[in-house]
Amino acid sequence: MPKTLAEKVYEAHVVRRADGEPDLLYIDLHLVHEVTSPQAFDGLRAAGRTVRRPDLTMATEDHNVPTLDILAPIADPVSRAQVEALRRNAAEFGIRLAPMGDRDQGIVHVIGPQLGLTQPGTTIVCGDSHTSTHGAFGALAFGIGTSEVEHVLATQTLPQYRPKQMAVTVDGELPPGVSSKDIILAVIARIGTNGAQGHVIEYRGSAIEALSMEARMTICNMSIEAGARAGLVAPDETTFAYLQGRPHAPQGADWDAALEHWRTLRTDEDAVFDREVRIDAASLTPYVTWGTNPGQGLPISERVPDPADLTDEDERRAAEQALAYMGLTPGTPLREIEVDTVFLGSCTNGRIEDLRIAAELLRGRRIDPGTRMLVVPGSVGVKTQAEAEGLDRVFVEAGAEWRGAGCSMCLGMNPDQLSPGERSASTSNRNFQGRQGKGGRTHLVSPSVAAATALTGKLTAPADLDFTAQLETAGV
Amino acid sequence: MDAFTTHTGTAAPLRRSAVDTDQIIPAEYLKRITRTGFEDGLFSALRRNEPDFVLNRPEHAGASILVAGPDFGTGSSREHAVWALLDGGFRVVISSRFGDIFRNNSTKSGLLTVLLPQEEVERLQAAVEADPALPVTVDLQDRAVSYSGTTVPFEIEDYTRWRLLEGLDDVGLTERHLSDVEAYEADRPSWLPRVLPVP
Repeated sequence: MPKTLAEKVYEAHVVRRADGEPDLLYIDLHLVHEVTSPQAFDGLRAAGRTVRRPDLTMATEDHNVPTLDILAPIADPVSRAQVEALRRNAAEFGIRLAPMGDRDQGIVHVIGPQLGLTQPGTTIVCGDSHTSTHGAFGALAFGIGTSEVEHVLATQTLPQYRPKQMAVTVDGELPPGVSSKDIILAVIARIGTNGAQGHVIEYRGSAIEALSMEARMTICNMSIEAGARAGLVAPDETTFAYLQGRPHAPQGADWDAALEHWRTLRTDEDAVFDREVRIDAASLTPYVTWGTNPGQGLPISERVPDPADLTDEDERRAAEQALAYMGLTPGTPLREIEVDTVFLGSCTNGRIEDLRIAAELLRGRRIDPGTRMLVVPGSVGVKTQAEAEGLDRVFVEAGAEWRGAGCSMCLGMNPDQLSPGERSASTSNRNFQGRQGKGGRTHLVSPSVAAATALTGKLTAPADLDFTAQLETAGV
Repeated sequence: MDAFTTHTGTAAPLRRSAVDTDQIIPAEYLKRITRTGFEDGLFSALRRNEPDFVLNRPEHAGASILVAGPDFGTGSSREHAVWALLDGGFRVVISSRFGDIFRNNSTKSGLLTVLLPQEEVERLQAAVEADPALPVTVDLQDRAVSYSGTTVPFEIEDYTRWRLLEGLDDVGLTERHLSDVEAYEADRPSWLPRVLPVP
């Protein structure tokens, strides 16, 4: 029977199948961070259990970590206690940990690919919904809760029900200034925040194949924002080239054996998807969100919608609640929305290519004097690479703040937060109420829109930039 | 976890769609390393910002069944959302659609998530708005929600129902099949990634 890629990976990991029970699925890689693991380790201790496969388990510190003074003790005692709990647990259970200051530290979904631990055809879980990021390599990767973290620590398996299959096909060529972030924001705006519920999404089509690995990660990362259990892309030469030579990638004869397997990881031609969505890449423009869920997004050329125009009662009420929270008036052109803060970073857009794209727009220019811009690399590895390329100087000379690695303002568990009423353009993944700080107002954008917005202080597409005023200010 | 067989209590109607887990419990409460004591974080931003929020209304104090709009529990995987609901006195959440991870998490801690058609959810919301003291019974044994003479059946996988009825945790169940796990591990290709040792 013809199978989709996700079905092939799933089936290859079934440890046990019995009538009337969920399948027991083997987990190849378990990523752990400080927020969703302490209660799981407590559970192991209470039951006298050990970690079954420490060699398939990797921990790092990311959600709580400050991005300034990273070698000093964490000032917030509650955050510090959580990070210290992870350190104790990793030591007690023999798990490798990349702590603050370590060359491998960073956002859990940035370091897995960077180290070459994320590989095609594997199953990957983490107590974090953005685990779908790793699907960019053709892995079946999904977020789990703390009880499941404990289950994987103890058994290296998870009970699972077979997901439904969905195809998102993006054909054609992306216009200049339009990125993979715009693709996924457009997909979520089309199908809604829970539109892919119960499904694994396979992203396919010529526009997806043309993307770099990092751009594919951005798309897969936000699969959960469409409600999907996971999102993936079939591995290809781009994938293999990215992996080759990374610290944990197979080498020598192992590489050849792995490659032979990886080349089989494609959806069969006559495989059937439960649902299909098609997007024409050439029709896309930069997207921004106006509301309080990632599905409330529009092309930047549009205006803030009027809830009165919505016929569905739930959608209308949601739009009214969103606009009240966001402090926006229907009919306002999105391009006229002024922002206070620009955040460039997160597991969605905190990789080196994201920083390069933003730096290119900022090079030799100054950001708007009324706007602050935080640049937070996704990992120490990304930070080191960016500094080797001189990107840190570009950001600092433009007036942005260059920070240490971590999740930072994506969810504000560290000191990087919005104040009540403060408005951001953010390259992260969620514009939920209070996500970036109590009362904070978030507009999700791509890295190039973030950089253009920092320059003008208003939501701006790179193509809109007119530097005349700036040049005048600079006395040119 | 505590077993769930049947529960009778009053209900709170939450007329909002797409209530994500960030709204159920904001990230600041996730820094704690305990598994209980999250009731102060439950819907804390909505309770603070909206005086008329359903859980601020005295007539719904003590409600143990939340009747929510569609797409409840989307977003973050934080199981703290389930713990906060339990700590806040809820044993059941009813909605026409749940976020997958939230629903899965709920089954691990004994919070029953009941799927009903949207029109049934709205009918129940209207009933408890008309009479906040209305007793509502959720019977997992019979797979039905009952109130004021109305009985609405719901579906749930047999396996999940059995686990909840018995209050069984998954790890113990899986440990019965460790020989299958060992057999699977023996056949895994050697080139698969290893975290240890550090290169």
